[in-house]
Amino acid sequence: MDSISIRAPSMPSGGTKTQRRVKTRLPAAIALLPTALIVLVVYIGCMLWTVRLSFTSSTLLPKLDWVGLAQYSRLFVNDRFLTSASNIIIFGALFISGCLIIGFLLAVFIDQNIRGEGLFRTVFLYPYSMSFVVTGVAWQWFLNPGLGLQKLVRDMGFESFTFDWLVNQRMAIYTIVVAGLWHGAGLTMAILLAGLRGVDKDLWKAAKIDGIPTWRVYTSVVLPLLRPMVVTAVVLLTTGVVKLYDLVVAMTLGGPGIATEVPAKFVMDHLFERNNIGLGTAAATIMLITVVSILAPWVYVRYVRPQGRHA
Amino acid sequence: MSTVVPQGRRPQHLTIGRIGVYAFLVTAALFFLLPLWIMVVTSLKPMEEIRLGNILALPSAMTFEAWAKAWSSACTGLECNGISVGFWNSMRILIPSVILSIMAGAINGYALSFWRVKGANLMFGVLLLGAFIPYQVFLYPLVRIFSLSGIYNSLTCIVLVHVIFGLPTMTLLFRNYYAGLPIELFKAARIDGGGFWSIFFRVILPMSTPILVVATILQVTGIWNDFIFGLTFAGRENLPMTVQLNNIVNSTQGERAYNVDMAATMLAALVPLVVYFVSGRWFVRGIAAGAVKG
Repeated sequence: MDSISIRAPSMPSGGTKTQRRVKTRLPAAIALLPTALIVLVVYIGCMLWTVRLSFTSSTLLPKLDWVGLAQYSRLFVNDRFLTSASNIIIFGALFISGCLIIGFLLAVFIDQNIRGEGLFRTVFLYPYSMSFVVTGVAWQWFLNPGLGLQKLVRDMGFESFTFDWLVNQRMAIYTIVVAGLWHGAGLTMAILLAGLRGVDKDLWKAAKIDGIPTWRVYTSVVLPLLRPMVVTAVVLLTTGVVKLYDLVVAMTLGGPGIATEVPAKFVMDHLFERNNIGLGTAAATIMLITVVSILAPWVYVRYVRPQGRHA
Repeated sequence: MSTVVPQGRRPQHLTIGRIGVYAFLVTAALFFLLPLWIMVVTSLKPMEEIRLGNILALPSAMTFEAWAKAWSSACTGLECNGISVGFWNSMRILIPSVILSIMAGAINGYALSFWRVKGANLMFGVLLLGAFIPYQVFLYPLVRIFSLSGIYNSLTCIVLVHVIFGLPTMTLLFRNYYAGLPIELFKAARIDGGGFWSIFFRVILPMSTPILVVATILQVTGIWNDFIFGLTFAGRENLPMTVQLNNIVNSTQGERAYNVDMAATMLAALVPLVVYFVSGRWFVRGIAAGAVKG
């Protein structure tokens, strides 16, 4: 497989074999250099810098003193941060499980040899093409109690109908979940449908001969076969959960009160508006630790272990 | 009589089960279409009708006034030049960002899959891990670096940021695609005396059309829909459409003009929607291939 060691007639002669190899690889190394620099400076350097800042008392400007874990102890008694953390857990759990359930159901129903399959697929997936800002603004308009859904149902004659989740401290986070599901369920459907189409046709024939009901085949045979697709979907959705920021900003701006604050927004607010770099970077570091501990094992198994060309 | 061999699947008769399947799908479709429908009809109504009427109803007196206002005179904070400013900003950000990030990805992917450079796999591993790390971890130091080098809050800055954070996905995308090409092709080109760049431009790039399409779809929608980078790095003069939309809709001055808000929203959604409808199945392929190679 060592493609470089082929003896090509036009290769420069002279020098040892190793020298020649180094020479032919040089342009490749140079081409990779900018990326290597970015990895070093941005992906590693900036990350370490952020972690380092979280141990300082920096406020408006970064300082390089050392206050130990002081920012972290402030963080874990900070109402806004604790609300953010619990919100992201609620959102993450409901959003991921919701997307998987809705996505799987949609994929299975679409897979029933139906008419207009393309149309249904298009309709289920189009929200994913739009930005979270658009999604947030659209749902904010539809769910606002004054002129949206609540008024619609009341005008239909149900005078006492109340649907004020968007402005209700206890329920607002669930409106974000609904908007998130609308945005992401179609993507899960598309990934799982691709998996369903890959299932061996003979499997269905065998199941039919054995008289196993269709739903049973789906839950006991097909679903385990879809494992790689489910993993793909979960990874995609998880990165979406971690990034959750635009949707909240557009839909509720963290409100009412601090009811829909999320960690990404907590960090952004403290870094760029509240002039509290120490606390902001501490929260960012907590996000980093959480994500790495969730994803590192997966990335290791998936990408680092099987080295070389055939990923 | 000649027997006609039936082709395709057996036609299904309408049973209760079939009706159930369609009922479920149609209900789901209505849920997914609802916000779009509401956006469109709201944007076509005058304000009195919005206040008094039914949110789902078609406009009784259709008007494009809100669209015109959203495009050219809606207010974002103090300025009232409409969302067209954001549209052109987004375009100016989009075009160089898409081209540069795809070029970077293609070159990286090619170097990684055909040339054995020491430490390249380690670099790639770190880059991939970086794709999963929340942006908040990098933002503050990046802002410092950019302000020290004097390009903070400029078009160059935001383009550079898009290229930097597009690297993991783009590199992965091209690396996986090139790993699927036959190595013999590369070996033959080497024997013919091709160097790094000549093989790339004459052999590899001409074979890359499918993956270039996928990468373009991915980057155009991704960069157009970006909010956080535009907000942080673009500067007041270059704010992209998403940020301007948020400023228009969530600006607190005066009574909210929902029809203008919705028209602005539709305008901001237009580019990715067009990309989505034109690209069809390629769109799914892009997301699935780009995010993680299942």
